[in-house]
Amino acid sequence: MTAPAAPVSRAARGASPQVGPPLWLLLELTYRCPLHCVFCYNPTEFARTGAELPTAEWIRVLREARALGAVQLGLSGGEPLEREDLEIIVAEAHALGYYINLITSGVGLTEARCAALKTAGLDHIQLSFQDSTRELNDFLSSTRTFELKAKVAALIRAHDYPMVLNVVLHRLNIDHVGEILEMAERLGAQYVELANTQYYGWAWLNRQQLLPSRAQVARAEAVTQRFRERVAGKIQVYFVVPDYFERRPKACMGGLGSVFLGIAPDGTALPCHAARMLPNLELPSVLSADLRAIWYDSEAFNRFRGEAWMKEPCRSCPERVQDFGGCRCQAYLMTGDATNTDPVCDLSPHHHLVTDAVARADCAATATAPREHVLVFRDHRTSIAVVPGEPADVGGPGARGT
Amino acid sequence: MSELTDTMKPAIARGMRLQWEPAQEAHVLLYPEGMVKLNGSAGAILSRCDGVRTLADIVADLERAYATSGLAEDVRAFVTMALEKRWLELRA
Repeated sequence: MTAPAAPVSRAARGASPQVGPPLWLLLELTYRCPLHCVFCYNPTEFARTGAELPTAEWIRVLREARALGAVQLGLSGGEPLEREDLEIIVAEAHALGYYINLITSGVGLTEARCAALKTAGLDHIQLSFQDSTRELNDFLSSTRTFELKAKVAALIRAHDYPMVLNVVLHRLNIDHVGEILEMAERLGAQYVELANTQYYGWAWLNRQQLLPSRAQVARAEAVTQRFRERVAGKIQVYFVVPDYFERRPKACMGGLGSVFLGIAPDGTALPCHAARMLPNLELPSVLSADLRAIWYDSEAFNRFRGEAWMKEPCRSCPERVQDFGGCRCQAYLMTGDATNTDPVCDLSPHHHLVTDAVARADCAATATAPREHVLVFRDHRTSIAVVPGEPADVGGPGARGT
Repeated sequence: MSELTDTMKPAIARGMRLQWEPAQEAHVLLYPEGMVKLNGSAGAILSRCDGVRTLADIVADLERAYATSGLAEDVRAFVTMALEKRWLELRA
């Protein structure tokens, strides 16, 4: 066992050849969004972050990242169509050789923009739905967007983009998985991603309302499997298992600082989507450093590389090379210490925090009394008011760091 | 899927893109939400699947390029697998 290295020496080691390139670049072009989804992973304090980068800065980021080896590009937000320069950014990315994915609610995707983005070189579109019913879609996003999304799906198909239909699953819609899959088939999606909610950002605030019961997850998986067999060869269906129901954690990001590089609207560089919440992690900005230095040399990107940061039970666990101890943000949110084992792991001394949450969800599924917690919708005013990382519903100890 | 014959013309499937990545020193196959890093022989085969060349052309070209013979079965097995994975599709 090696002694924990000082941050400085780890940073110095960062440029060593075993650190691969940031193959996956995600640009969160804006936090502006016409939707107000209760499960959004954006930071709850998004309205208090800095100004959006101008076009020229995004283009510089694209060039620097491509030079480092980035090749898969996600354009996300917020709603990236809120950026009027999206076509310019796509054209530049295409010229640089990225494979470009637009991750959108569909709001703002007119016929004209759909065509212009195709001309600019956009490769594919991931369209999100909240549910198979207008009522729940519109309720969960706090908008009237259901019919619009169906129209956008037809536009995407007409312009010959591969279409990924993404639906975030949770307690309120997971029982509709059969109908959601039929809707995806009707809309002509080639890929369907059933992404169970991950509990960060706004979803963390709403966890008690959103976490499904074990029985709901099992039913949804069975329905998905039957659909898969029927559409084999036509539609690819991914079912992202909710990690709260697992005994081992997800290999989050393939390890922080391994392949993923995210850039927030204000230019903050992120080793994972949710990293803004991690305490004492000074995230570098593309406004004050170039991407090579950020990726290879910054303390933030080196902090969780390798194994020196790990505690027991991870440190001596043979599985640490597969799951890297799980998710740092989840460890922090639930235990107050980002270097703890992800409590999803049943070897974690904090695993009861996960099983307790699931037990409460199982209990709520059979209860007849109305639930007392209200949903918090992602909006500007709430973002100004909310305390970052504050758990909304955790009864047990250790939820907020001491 | 019907039997793969020598006159069929495999092409990179729609929505997928094959390109050489200097940073990885490899051909990669890019598709929605994913990327496959290809080994040398997979890259050599897929980069010849242009929807114009037949399977027989591709085998002949590879045998010429690598100054060898008897690649037909290996190439056929790989192309069959790549069709199943939907990396490739057949063009008329």
